[in-house]
Amino acid sequence: MRRVVITGAGTVNALARDVAGTYEAFAEGRCGIAELDIRDKDRLSIKIGGQVRDWDAEALFSRQQITLYDRFTQFTLTAAQQAIAQSGLVFDGDLGDESGVVLGTAAGGVNTWDDSYRAVYAEDKNRVHPFVVPKLMNSAGASHVAMQFGLRGPSFSVSTACASSNHAMGLAFQAIRGGSATVMVTGGSESMLCFGGIKAWEGLRVMSQTACRPFSLNRSGMVQGEGAAIFVFEDYDHAHARGAQILAEVIGFAMTSDASDIVMPSQEGAARAIRLALRDAQVAPDAVGYINAHGTGTAANDKTECAAISEVFGAAAQSVMLSSTKSMHGHLIGGTGAVELLACLMALQQSVIAPTIGYEVADPDCPLDVVPNQAREVPVNVVMSNAFAFGGLNAVLVLRKAA
Amino acid sequence: MNMQSQVISVQAQVIAIIAEQAVLDVTDVSPAQSLESLGIDSLGLVETIFAIEEAFDISVPFNANEPSKSGFDLTSVASIVAAVEVLITQKAA
Repeated sequence: MRRVVITGAGTVNALARDVAGTYEAFAEGRCGIAELDIRDKDRLSIKIGGQVRDWDAEALFSRQQITLYDRFTQFTLTAAQQAIAQSGLVFDGDLGDESGVVLGTAAGGVNTWDDSYRAVYAEDKNRVHPFVVPKLMNSAGASHVAMQFGLRGPSFSVSTACASSNHAMGLAFQAIRGGSATVMVTGGSESMLCFGGIKAWEGLRVMSQTACRPFSLNRSGMVQGEGAAIFVFEDYDHAHARGAQILAEVIGFAMTSDASDIVMPSQEGAARAIRLALRDAQVAPDAVGYINAHGTGTAANDKTECAAISEVFGAAAQSVMLSSTKSMHGHLIGGTGAVELLACLMALQQSVIAPTIGYEVADPDCPLDVVPNQAREVPVNVVMSNAFAFGGLNAVLVLRKAA
Repeated sequence: MNMQSQVISVQAQVIAIIAEQAVLDVTDVSPAQSLESLGIDSLGLVETIFAIEEAFDISVPFNANEPSKSGFDLTSVASIVAAVEVLITQKAA
């Protein structure tokens, strides 16, 4: 089986519009969550989020492009441009045929749905713009990346709620490892911070009005974020032969289904995903130095996740570092695993462990080292990224430091 | 508004819409030209029709599967102007 490495990374999120700025924010423990700036905010009871501020689409894209690019596609393309530029790859000739794109998003063009429904329901308009459908579809981001860079191999989008990006990246890893692609552009994007998007989440009564405090006893729920992170996954031999800079190696992936409840997580399903990902990576739990937690800041997730890690890691659970960067960038839903993979890359590349900020009171049900409030400088060789979605869909990735 | 000024106005507005789609100056769009010769592709055509509907508050009978059977003559800029004028008259009636 082929080895798979990461040779490019890019992002747009509430903390920064590139990887370097995001690493800096992680290292400082900076919070990107703030008062939302969106239309009709006065009718929302949730008024905070990890919003990408002052996004000037007109400065980045032409008028014709904007008629086709929903905000989630704009984030996708911006992050993909950074990642592919860093990789140094040009997809001409055979490489274009052997390369694809698989991206995660839970809901695709939510802003386009929202604006169009507003036009026909609230404003009594009888027609919407002709490109509403190609703009809002979940796969639009993947298609535009493929079109812009000439990726003509396996390309599609994955939608598994909060695990979308981890599933997408896991499938990209498997495609290269199994030989059906040489390069896969992968990651995810989400842009749900609009009136309808937040209204829908309010309904669940799991959202915090103040802050995202994962693993803290005084937690008050999750906070939504938006943005994208995109990576270039590449066959190791191909990357090595061209002398590419290798950011990290992807060594394991597993996915499981709880098959039990549409919103409540299960310790068994999460533990099985963690165990199988370690087995796929052929590493023992005590080799793992850092886990980027799903860590949503809800009681249901945090307690279940800690129990699942404790179950699989045994004694090693006491020494592994675990943090939830959602406390800084918010929960990007289908794009979250991609932005969180940046914390994994930072740990491997720079030996800096991103903290769980907003941590105030220890929770006896979360008795692990959650790297509270301050980043830590510790070299690690193997890291893990968890995603446990609504509907019990679990996806766990394992990465290793570039050799 | 008399008929003559309305005719000029419709033509000027349609040309402005088409010129914007074609990324041309209005002076580079003449009534005899076809949309194709102006570089407007099928997506551009759908956007043009949308812009016309919005500008004149009319509904243009157009199906992208059968553009020739739409009952809306898309042969040239002039034919589009004429068809729009008919639709405006029908709406007023």
